[in-house]
Amino acid sequence: MTRVVVAMSGGVDSSVAAALMVEEGYDVVGLSMQLYDQRETEDGAPKFGSCCSIDDLYDAKRVAQHLGFPHYIVNFEREFKATVVDNFVREYSAGRTPIPCVHCNADLKFSTLAERAAGLDASVVATGHYARVVFNKDDRRYRLLRGVDPGKDQSYFLFTLTQDQLAHARFPVGHLNKIEVRAHAERLGLSVADKPDSHEICFVPDGNTARFVERHATQAPAPGEIVDTEGHVLGEHQGVHHFTVGQRKGLGLSMGSPLYVLKLEPVGERVVVGAREALGSHELTATGVNWISGTAPEGPTRVTARIRHRHHDAAARVVSTGDGTAHLRFDDPQVAITPGQAVVFYDAADAASVMGGGWIDSR
Amino acid sequence: MQIYLDHNATTPPAPGVVDAVCRVLRDTQGNPSSIHAPGQQARAVLDDARRRVATLIGARASDLVLTGSGTEADNLAIRGAVEALHTSGRRHLMTTAIEHEAVLATCGAMEARGWRVTRLPVDCSGIVTPAALAAALHENPDTGLVSVMHANNEVGTLQPIAELAALARTHGAWFHTDAVQTVGKVPVSVDALGVDMLSLSGHKFGGPKGTGALWVRRGIRLVAQQTGGKQERLRRAGTENVAGLAGLGVAAAYARATLQVHAPAVAARRDRLERTLLDGVPGAHVNGATESRVPNTTNISFDGVEAELLVIALDLEGIGVSTGSACSSGSLEPSHVLTAMGLSAARARTSLRFSLGADTTDADLDAVIGRIPALVDKLRRLNQTAAAVGGRR
Repeated sequence: MTRVVVAMSGGVDSSVAAALMVEEGYDVVGLSMQLYDQRETEDGAPKFGSCCSIDDLYDAKRVAQHLGFPHYIVNFEREFKATVVDNFVREYSAGRTPIPCVHCNADLKFSTLAERAAGLDASVVATGHYARVVFNKDDRRYRLLRGVDPGKDQSYFLFTLTQDQLAHARFPVGHLNKIEVRAHAERLGLSVADKPDSHEICFVPDGNTARFVERHATQAPAPGEIVDTEGHVLGEHQGVHHFTVGQRKGLGLSMGSPLYVLKLEPVGERVVVGAREALGSHELTATGVNWISGTAPEGPTRVTARIRHRHHDAAARVVSTGDGTAHLRFDDPQVAITPGQAVVFYDAADAASVMGGGWIDSR
Repeated sequence: MQIYLDHNATTPPAPGVVDAVCRVLRDTQGNPSSIHAPGQQARAVLDDARRRVATLIGARASDLVLTGSGTEADNLAIRGAVEALHTSGRRHLMTTAIEHEAVLATCGAMEARGWRVTRLPVDCSGIVTPAALAAALHENPDTGLVSVMHANNEVGTLQPIAELAALARTHGAWFHTDAVQTVGKVPVSVDALGVDMLSLSGHKFGGPKGTGALWVRRGIRLVAQQTGGKQERLRRAGTENVAGLAGLGVAAAYARATLQVHAPAVAARRDRLERTLLDGVPGAHVNGATESRVPNTTNISFDGVEAELLVIALDLEGIGVSTGSACSSGSLEPSHVLTAMGLSAARARTSLRFSLGADTTDADLDAVIGRIPALVDKLRRLNQTAAAVGGRR
């Protein structure tokens, strides 16, 4: 019997993923990553949010017991800090808006966890992501496809996966929609069947990213000035980590027309604001680009691109510019292209297929 | 077939224990505090159990407080003593850096109440030296209570309790020992140790979970931590777990009758396991003193191996061992015991605890000895690959 490791968060998606692997006849071992010390800080406030809390880990354990396969909690505190938390804090401090989920997938689930799985003689890691992997016999390459549920598709968070990682990845719920997943959970009598979905940045308590950054940064970003595009000082701010490009609320300015954050300049600690029209842009540069096929396309390529998780794909042309960089030009201007977020390219000819992606660098 | 080498976490019931628990639960239905005949029957069962436990540690039955766990016994000893010493002017508590959380966390709670706490260091073999205690007592003449475990749960090191307790006595401080890992494994006598309080736990030597005891030297008056009844001579309110404690009594009697035979046999098996692993696996080291140790425990580091993963890999093959104290309770710190002994956090994470029982067979050990070298080798190679991949990222 082939052994697989299922990464279990305690939520309904990974629980059903595990159940489906059991039904397919795999020898399933459930692993749940404990990501941080669950004890509270001295002032009683949680150091981290609710992701993979002890309750979630025990939910996962209950599901495993119910389905009759072994389950273990593994300590990923150091790896989580080194790959997800530190990056998150560094990016916010540098005036960018990070997506920790991508690092959690790329550097924990499909790297460290996959290595642990290999140590347990499991060559495959399955997760509860809404995405699909298919092997194309013609070019002997793995394709990464969107999950079939357009509302739940998580392919955006998986753009860094390499051919080797895809070869060892399974997404058992990728061909289902959320309603079907919940129906499976009920059919199987899983206690997590009606557990609510988790939030996007699950480890930040109360969604207060600024306080999280301050708590975890060696040196929190300094206060500075809010300026307009001409450099006129309009107000003051408490650090660039309080802002994200496109933000309108929380600027503390009372001007005649609404102002939006256009740009964050950590050097000089400036927050540049302007009118909504100034948020639009046709172009972006991506770094750390990964091409799912393993090789960059030759010349300009038509794609549809997504510049944040909750965003409609926009038609664009991408050119690989070498050294893991790419240049993207949208047909129509896009609002609030945000440094630190990912841009993910989908094949213009096959809208479900992820071609690759990278990190938005500058506009 | 399951092979179980985690007896410091818990032990299977000793012969006669399950029967005793079932029988009492079924046939002895009275409340030991009641006046009538069923109550008196239950009282007799409880008295019998108390006497058997007392005999195991060379104590008088009336000086035992039967509890719901070793942890409860530790809490009663420390909290009860601190509250009893409230008017004495003594405000200092002394313990060690390698205690079980039951003692460490309770001492921490006393710190929050205004007591000062000294956590004595241990040497690299895991031993608290009498010199260290003497110096600390000299510096802190207001020490009211010293609590030092008899043997450590992770490495098995035995502490020189008699010497330490004598020092405390000359300074007028009470001395408590958490003997959860020694009672039933090695001969324990409260008089030979010269302590004032001693905690034990039933399920560490074949008794049921949910049973324990605190022995308190006559003349020491603790403040009860549970109120609401006159049970246990006003030291622990609440109707006693009669069936469980009957099982504890049986386990105590069994341990007393077999200890002289079991201890050397278990030690010989432990030594064979240890020697074979050290010889057969390069980069394997024993942690803690090997001379002064409970007979059933060995703690071994395998360089370059994530012990947590080795535990899982072994479990998937039906072999139960542990990385130390059995806690996936939220904390992710490396073992405080091993780091207190001077091991780096990285080495602490490569350490495995094997704890044998009287039921451990040579065939069990052969199976373990047969699997570990190859598993260690595989996990090491993965680790190296991971390090190489990590370097590229």
